[in-house]
Amino acid sequence: MCLGIPGKIIEITGDTATIDVAGTRKDASLRLMEKAAVGDYVIIHAGFAIEKVDTKRAEETLRLIAEAFEK
Amino acid sequence: MDRNKTVLLAHGSGGSYSRRLTEEVFAKAFDNPLLAPLNDQAVFTLPAKKLAFTTDSYVVKPIFFPGGDIGKLSVCGTINDLAVGGAEPVYLSASFIIEEGLGMDELKRVVASMAATARAAGVSIVTGDTKVVERGKGDKLFINTAGIGVINGPELTPANIRPGDVVIVSGTMGDHGIAIMTHREGIMMDVPVESDCAALHTLTMKIIAAAPSGVRAMRDPTRGGLATVLNEFAASCGCCITIKEQDLPVKEAVRGACELLGFDPLYLANEGKLVAVVSSEDAGKALAAMKAHPLGVDAAIIGTVADGPKGKVLLETSIGNRRIIDMLSGEQLPRIC
Amino acid sequence: MKYIDEFRQKDAAQAIIKKIREVSRKQVSIMEICGTHTHSISKYGIREALPDNIRLISGPGCPVCVTSAADVNRIIAFSRVNRNAIIATFGDMMKVPGSESSLQEEKARGADIRVVYSPLNSIEIAKNNPDKEVVLFAVGFETTAPTVAATVLSAKEAGLKNFSALSLHKLTPPAMKALLDGGEIEIDGFIAPGHVTAIIGAKAYGFLASDYKSPCVVAGFEPIDALMGIYMLVKQFEESRCAIEIEYDRVVTWEGNLRAQEVINEVFEPSDSLWRGIGNIPGSGLAFREEFAAFDSEKRFSMPKGVDAEPKGCKCGSVLKGLITPNECGLFAKACTPEFPIGPCMVSSEGTCAAWYKYRRVA
Repeated sequence: MCLGIPGKIIEITGDTATIDVAGTRKDASLRLMEKAAVGDYVIIHAGFAIEKVDTKRAEETLRLIAEAFEK
Repeated sequence: MDRNKTVLLAHGSGGSYSRRLTEEVFAKAFDNPLLAPLNDQAVFTLPAKKLAFTTDSYVVKPIFFPGGDIGKLSVCGTINDLAVGGAEPVYLSASFIIEEGLGMDELKRVVASMAATARAAGVSIVTGDTKVVERGKGDKLFINTAGIGVINGPELTPANIRPGDVVIVSGTMGDHGIAIMTHREGIMMDVPVESDCAALHTLTMKIIAAAPSGVRAMRDPTRGGLATVLNEFAASCGCCITIKEQDLPVKEAVRGACELLGFDPLYLANEGKLVAVVSSEDAGKALAAMKAHPLGVDAAIIGTVADGPKGKVLLETSIGNRRIIDMLSGEQLPRIC
Repeated sequence: MKYIDEFRQKDAAQAIIKKIREVSRKQVSIMEICGTHTHSISKYGIREALPDNIRLISGPGCPVCVTSAADVNRIIAFSRVNRNAIIATFGDMMKVPGSESSLQEEKARGADIRVVYSPLNSIEIAKNNPDKEVVLFAVGFETTAPTVAATVLSAKEAGLKNFSALSLHKLTPPAMKALLDGGEIEIDGFIAPGHVTAIIGAKAYGFLASDYKSPCVVAGFEPIDALMGIYMLVKQFEESRCAIEIEYDRVVTWEGNLRAQEVINEVFEPSDSLWRGIGNIPGSGLAFREEFAAFDSEKRFSMPKGVDAEPKGCKCGSVLKGLITPNECGLFAKACTPEFPIGPCMVSSEGTCAAWYKYRRVA
């Protein structure tokens, strides 16, 4: 039930953000987001941004895996 | 309705309106000596003994899309069906089923596109037909094209594919499918990708010239995508085809659009690409010939043919495991899950 | 693609698989309860990569699969009587069989049924067709429910008079509870759905640890996320711990998305819900609140609730509960295929049977 993709907000007009996923652009509603800014990465599901991607944690997870698992 | 601005039922009923439409729109644009007499048939001789003959109907919606239109699609599609069989396309027919009310300017745009595409490809549209159906019964425009080509070289058929052969695609997959899909109502997505609609016969001739005894089969992966064509190949030859996900060329923006909609590029239509199966000795030459051609710059080796499991198509995933790829059943639809 | 490709890397995935094999000793059963997890696990061959002592079960996590035939019948009956209505549906639902038809078949028979990518598209359709009723066939769990709720709020603000939704939304935690209470299947731990949890927060699974001694890890959907989630759960088993952990911490928090939770609560309230193959689970669905009656298709139109009935020989119910695997159903890959599906598990691309069929293993 969870087809949601991370994309970057490149423009915001009112309640609507333009999201970029690898060069494809789609509009998404920000109605479910407390706050969002241009440059943020968000998860898009069914035309809505549902949560922000914490990019620091993303990098941290990848680093941890590389260290703990790939040695 | 202004008879000059709109297509009317009268234009399809065989009388003076029909004649005027044929002369002023079709004959004028397609302009060649075989068509000029406007007889019920085009008469000609051909130098070769072996001929290829194909037909296709085009119902694409919308009729104008980024990178092409239904007219260009119909000419390229029929040329390609001949070309992948090793034939040089020579003559085409074009039949139109027009919905009453279609703008004359839209029709002229489509016809001009067909004329330009045919001219650039060196083929002539030598005979045709026009019918007009009532409003609501025709979805703007349907086109049927048939084509004749001559085969001077090897006959290509997937039954010739054998273990050890190499699978090559001529470029990025899924461009046309995504370009069309993202312009449908209810989806509206801005994808910087155009349809790859193109005539492939000069490319196929180059491939055959580079590897005359090594090319087993070629096909253009249109509806149903690459996965469907590979399944057809595997069924014909009874071998097993394995491709690597990592090696499949797909534009980043197409990847992004697929992720958003829940689509798989393996099942998307392509209108200016081909997949070729070539002997391993000649794979290098075939690949080089493709890359040297403007329509094959992104060509890549994507897989190999083995003995078994018989008739199956396998994918080696990006994390290293293998799974089966089936044919497409039904359309791909955007999903939430 | 940023934050997607990095989580599909071969070396990392193989390294985690190796680590799982090293630490895993106990015989355990793990249930995932999300169609997108079923899909990903099958697509990347994760089930086969795990050691034999770990059993991975696919639970009722696909909203398409758990939507009862009776509910599909309702929307079809409505569209047959109201020829002037437009039904908006997610692509997933088009081929789901009711008792004798599907939305795809009804469309072929002339019903105006349109696939939408977002519930917001159905508002556009309503605005462009003011003389027609637009009904949104609203399925989905807690990831989709807030998007439908927000859509209804937008419709209310725009003063739309020809739009409503049939809410068939279902909730994840009550389903987990019902499965554990049912006792039919041994479940040692859960992999929880990443995006549902992004909305409801990992706190929603607290009862699993406190009341059922069932550990739970919230995982994302890329192969590395799924594998890490399984690894974290396996470590809990081996160390005899029982906690709610978050693998997908780049998106999921303990509290969840409070704004989305507010939007759901503003528009919906918990209700009973009929789950295909399982039956009624109390408090497991979402119904419109009284103030939104005008946007509730059930209240606007006569949509009598029907009786649920499985097609003969169909074992979707057992598959959904994790009691059997698809290949243990007599119809799988024979009478029931993606081209001619009998039950919902084969219809939905996220269905357990469809995922098994599409990505089935190579000998």
